[in-house]
Formats: sequence, structure tokens, C-alpha cells
Amino acid sequence: MGTTTATHSGEINYINEFKGLKSWFTSLDHKRIGLMYMISVMFFFLLGGLAALLLRLELLKPGGQFLTPDQYNQVLTYHGAIMVFMVIIPGIPAVLGNFFLPLHIGAKDVAFPRLNLASWYVFMFGALLAASTMFTSKIDTGWTFYTPYSIKTGTAVVTMVLAAFIMGMSSILTGLNFIVTVHKLRAPGMTMHRMPLFVWALYSTAILQVLATPVLGITLLLLVAERTLGVGIFDPALGGDPVLFQHFFWFYSHPAVYIMILPAMGVVSELITTFSKKTIFGYTAIAYSSLGIAGVSFFVWGHHMFVSGQSEIAGIVFSFITMLVGVPTAIKMFNWLATLYKGSISFQSPMLYAMGFMFLFAIGGVTGIMLAVLATDVHFHDTYFVVAHFHYVMVGGTLMALMGGFYYWFPKMFGKMYNESLARLTFIFIFVGFNVTFFPQFILGAMGMPRRYFDYIPAYQSLNAISTVGSWLIGTGFLLSLYVLVQGLRKGEKAPANPWGSKTLEWTVPSPPIHTNFEVDPIVKAGPYEYK
Amino acid sequence: MSTNNHASTSGHHFAHHFRDANHEFESAKQGIWLFMVTEILMFGGLFVAYTIFHNIYPEMFAEGAKQLDWRMGFFNTLVLIMSSLTMALGIYYLQVGQSKKAVRSLAITLVCGAIFMVVKYFEYTAKIHHGFLPGRFLDVHHVNPEHANLGLYFGFYFCMTGLHGIHVLLGMGLITWVMIRAMKGEFGPDYYTPVEGVGIFWHIVDLIWIFLFPLLYLVG
Repeated sequence: MGTTTATHSGEINYINEFKGLKSWFTSLDHKRIGLMYMISVMFFFLLGGLAALLLRLELLKPGGQFLTPDQYNQVLTYHGAIMVFMVIIPGIPAVLGNFFLPLHIGAKDVAFPRLNLASWYVFMFGALLAASTMFTSKIDTGWTFYTPYSIKTGTAVVTMVLAAFIMGMSSILTGLNFIVTVHKLRAPGMTMHRMPLFVWALYSTAILQVLATPVLGITLLLLVAERTLGVGIFDPALGGDPVLFQHFFWFYSHPAVYIMILPAMGVVSELITTFSKKTIFGYTAIAYSSLGIAGVSFFVWGHHMFVSGQSEIAGIVFSFITMLVGVPTAIKMFNWLATLYKGSISFQSPMLYAMGFMFLFAIGGVTGIMLAVLATDVHFHDTYFVVAHFHYVMVGGTLMALMGGFYYWFPKMFGKMYNESLARLTFIFIFVGFNVTFFPQFILGAMGMPRRYFDYIPAYQSLNAISTVGSWLIGTGFLLSLYVLVQGLRKGEKAPANPWGSKTLEWTVPSPPIHTNFEVDPIVKAGPYEYK
Repeated sequence: MSTNNHASTSGHHFAHHFRDANHEFESAKQGIWLFMVTEILMFGGLFVAYTIFHNIYPEMFAEGAKQLDWRMGFFNTLVLIMSSLTMALGIYYLQVGQSKKAVRSLAITLVCGAIFMVVKYFEYTAKIHHGFLPGRFLDVHHVNPEHANLGLYFGFYFCMTGLHGIHVLLGMGLITWVMIRAMKGEFGPDYYTPVEGVGIFWHIVDLIWIFLFPLLYLVG
């Protein structure tokens, strides 16, 4: 594959060892595949982000602005589907996980490199198929494809659902690859309890990807069968049950919420300990709480359906189990706080994002408890309160951690440093903008503003206007991040092997690493966070 | 990345990130088993839906099963069990270095898969001919009005056996692939990982049929 060329700088690494586009598109190197995922995810993030800005612009004032109600539904669907299936789910595992999982455990690659490349192609095929519906009959069901509407609407449901099925396959292949990698490819001395917590988080995520995604697969296939063959399983006219679709869908999609957040928690564990220069507090508790969250996540799907006509007993049981999720989550939070205690904290940009994560995720988590309680949920259900809640968790949580992880590992991935003051500025824009956008939505939700509508009554106007202005701040923050990335790549100073003084294995090799990761196969003699 | 392969002591090449050939074999096998877990969970969705609706409409499901010919299903069950045996024999012969016998066993397995699909074809055409189609396409003139939602049963019948049939076809493709490689002499006692993987897949596909047969043909 390609020819090895000596470089003028004399240093050979995974980026310059092989040249040409073909060497990228056929590369089995987990680091290159990670970068290919990164570019794809950034592209889809741009699409999903533009859709979000469009939605907020439409909601600036009551009444129709420039979108028709149908167009609004379509933009809403694309925003949700793109952000969920193409950005947040693959975001951390497929980009940062692919790049750093083997480096973290002292392996030369993931267990199945060819499968890893295949999963990128499968993902791209699914993602482009999904995007292709924008140019045909579009789709207006929302990302959840609820029956019976999804059976009846004249839009491109079949294409979109098949695309989601295909992207699910890619997700399964990545998860499977990671599980085997963690089990089989750890370096000598790298026991399970010496793995960095990011690896534990990826491992728990991978279990969810492998166990939950097939159920989404069959659900989506049944929906396709429903539309093409009219099998009747979700159609009451033929003896079927539309609520069954919701059960099946959330049996996957609730664990999927943890597919999105667990890797983020892993990144935050790395950031907090590195920038506090202190051994992480409660390593085992954090590691096993990831598995705990993964386990509980399979038994809480009914909390999406409190008002969907499931039995009252089921509602009560799901409500209690849902609150259980708070326990392992709080374990993580308190351990991070305890790690900060008496640490030598430095507020570099990755750490700012980690702090932002903790602040926003705490709000997202606590409002989650309010939604888990049956009595309050009946009031909040389908209002902007829910929208604000899951954005605080998904954006305030996952995206904050993704950005923090990106700034943390940027020097390792590209061998360059970025402009630190500008990076801090991106945090300020995104953090402030995020709160300006979404905090008013809690109030709007409590006032009763329903979600998903393209219009609202004038009483909600001022808060909606604030929210829209916030979305511009977020947009500015991300554009600035893109600038920081490009400028760092073009003009950044050469990065040392270990700019942050971290203790995990990836920082023991040069930045950027060589194709086979380690010059000498590492033998691990200590845990990942031996600071003091 | 073939340039990175090293020769092992046993003569088989393994990828650069594994310690030895056995390490590669064990990892591949774990990967295959995990993939099987996803297959079972995917069919699991269908089994759960089946259980729910069978509970609601037990008589309708019994009526549906009456329209199927259990002898055909039983024959197909035997064919698949036979094919599982020959698949296992194929791997055994590779392990002991008798690759001619291994190729013959794999060929019999392939024929069994084909017989299964032919029988399935006759069953499908008969159902379609009689108007026993899924859901809204059911020809109600042939159906006892008590069971007007019989289409739901046939929805399950076609979805479950259809998805299973697709897996049989995929399995046949995979068996053809390893058979050709076995004919070229690429496998032996020190390297037969792909055959082992395809074998596991084939056994799981058989196993799923063993559950489908009573659920669809013998229920009620």
C-alpha cells in the first residue's frame, strides 16, 4: 500500500509515511481511520448545525418567518437525525476512540483493522444515503420515526430508515472491534485495572453498541416491512400495535443515549486528572460505574413513554429504575470533584471544557430526575423543558467533552500546538452561548411551550429571542474552533511528546506517533494516573 | 496491510499487531461470537413481537400454522441439522489435515443449504398462490372471517423466514468462499480461522431455524 518515502524533516510518522489520497482511503491504520471519521463527523456537524441555526432563526418571532410548517418539520428531522446518528454517536468512539484506544492499552492497532476501515465505508454509505433524501422527497417524521405517522407519510422514510440501519451496522462493527481489542490486545502488564478510564468508558460503550443496536436494526427493518409489505405488526387496523414500535425503538435508543454520554465521561476523567496533576480519586468506582450505567440503561426505556399508553405499573417501575441511573452518574461526578480537591489545577482549554462539562451535565442530570418523576413528567412531557434537558446532556455533556478531548489530543494527533488563547475564547463563546440558548428553554417548557411546533403564542417571544441569539454565539464558537484547528495545522509550533505532563501511554511516544504506534513494545508497570 | 505480516513458526502468516497465530485465532473467534450475539438479538426482536401477538391472538396463530405444511418444515429442519454436521466435519478434516475430505464436506453443506432454499421457494409460491400474504395484502376470500387478521400471522411468517432465508443465502456465499480457498490449499491444521468463523455463523443460522420451525409450523 503506497510506497514508503523518507521525509525531508527526517521524522517518519503515521501521517507522512505513506502519501497520496489512495493511501488514506485504503489505510488500515486506526489513527488514519480516526482522522477520516473526524473529517466526516465535522462535515455532518456543519450540516446539522446549520439546520439548528435555521430552526432557531425561524423561532425568533411568532408566526411563519421564512419556512413553511412542512419545511420546518423537515429541517427539524434532519437536525435530529444528523446530530444523533452521524455526529454524537460516532463522535467520540469512532474519532478519539479509534485513534487512542490502541495507544492507551499499548497495542499496535485495533483487533480487526480491515473491519475498522470497512466500518468507516459502511458509515459513509449510510450517512450519504441519509443525506441523499434531502434531494428527493425529504423526511418529516422526526428522528424517532414514530408509527403510525411514519407508515403513512409520503416522505422518504424507507431510504432514511435503511440509512439508519446501515449506520447502525457500522456502529456494531466499531463496538465489536473495541471489545475484542480491549480483551485481547492489552500490552504485557496492562491489566484491566491499569487501563485508562477512557478505555473503560469506550469498553462499556462498545458493549451497549453490540447489545442494543441489533434491536434497532430489526425495528427499522420491521418499519420498512410495514411500509412495503404492510405486515401489520405496528398497524392497529391489521391487529398490530403502534406502541410496540415505541418500546422497540427506545429499547435501543435509550441505551444509545449512554452510547453518546459514556465516552464523554471517559474523556472528562482523563482531562480532570491530567490538569489537576493528581491521581484520579476512586478509579475503580469510576470504571465500574460506567458498566453500571450501561447495565441500568437497558431497563429504563419506558420513561420515554409515560404518556404513550403503557400501564401505570410499568410507568411507576420505569420511573424508579430511571432514578437509579443517577447513582452511578453521581459517583462519577463526586469522584471528579474529589480529584480536583487539593490538586494543582491549571485551566488550559481542555480543562475549561471539562469544567464546562461538569457544570452543564449536572444541570442536565438534575433536570433528568425531574423528568423521571411521573407526576412532573406529565406536565413537562413534550415541552421545551425536555428539549433543554437533553441538549444540556448531549451538547453540554457530549459535545463539551468532544471539544475538550479534541484540544487535549490535538498535539498528539497532528504534532502541532494550537493557539491557546483563541482556544479558550472558543470555550467562552460555546459555554456562554449554550446557556443563553438552552436555559430559557427550561423556563419556556415550564410555561408550557410545546416542542416540535414551528409557531408559538406571543407570550413566549422574549425568551425565544434570547434563545436564538444564543445559537449565534454557539455558531461563532464553533467557527472559531475551526479557525483554531486550521491555524494550528498550518502555523502551529511543533508539539512535544507530552505537552500536558500526562501519564498515559500515548504520551510516551512522539507526536504524531509512528505507523505502528510504539518503537518498542511497551511493558506496563504502573497504573495510568501515577501523579502523586 | 500485507507488508506488515510476519511469518510465524508454524508457517502461517498473521497480522502485525498479534503476538502469534494462536493470538490471532482467539481474537477472531471472539469477534465472531460477538457478532453472533448481535444476530441473536436482532432475531430476538422478532421473537419478542411474536410472543406478544401470539399471546393476544392464540387462535389466529393456530389457524395460520394450519395453512403451513409441517412436513416441509420438518424436512427442512432435518436438512439443516445434516448440514450442521457436515460443516463441523469440514472443520474437523481441516484440523487433521485431510483437506480433500474437508472440501467434500463443505460441498455437501452447500447442497443442503440449496435444498433448504428450494423447499422454501415451493412453500412461498404455494402461500402466494393461495393469497396467504402479509397484512393488508392477505386475500380475505380464502380466510375464515373469524381470523380476518390472519395477515398478521403471515407478516410474521414472511418476516421471520425471510430474514432467516437471507441469512441462509449469505451463509451459502460464505461457504462457497471458504470452499474455494480450501480447494486452493490455503487451509490446514495451523490455519483454518475463516472456516471456523463461517461454521459458527452457519450453526447459529441453523439454530434459529430450529426455533422458527415449532413457532411457525407446530404452534396450536
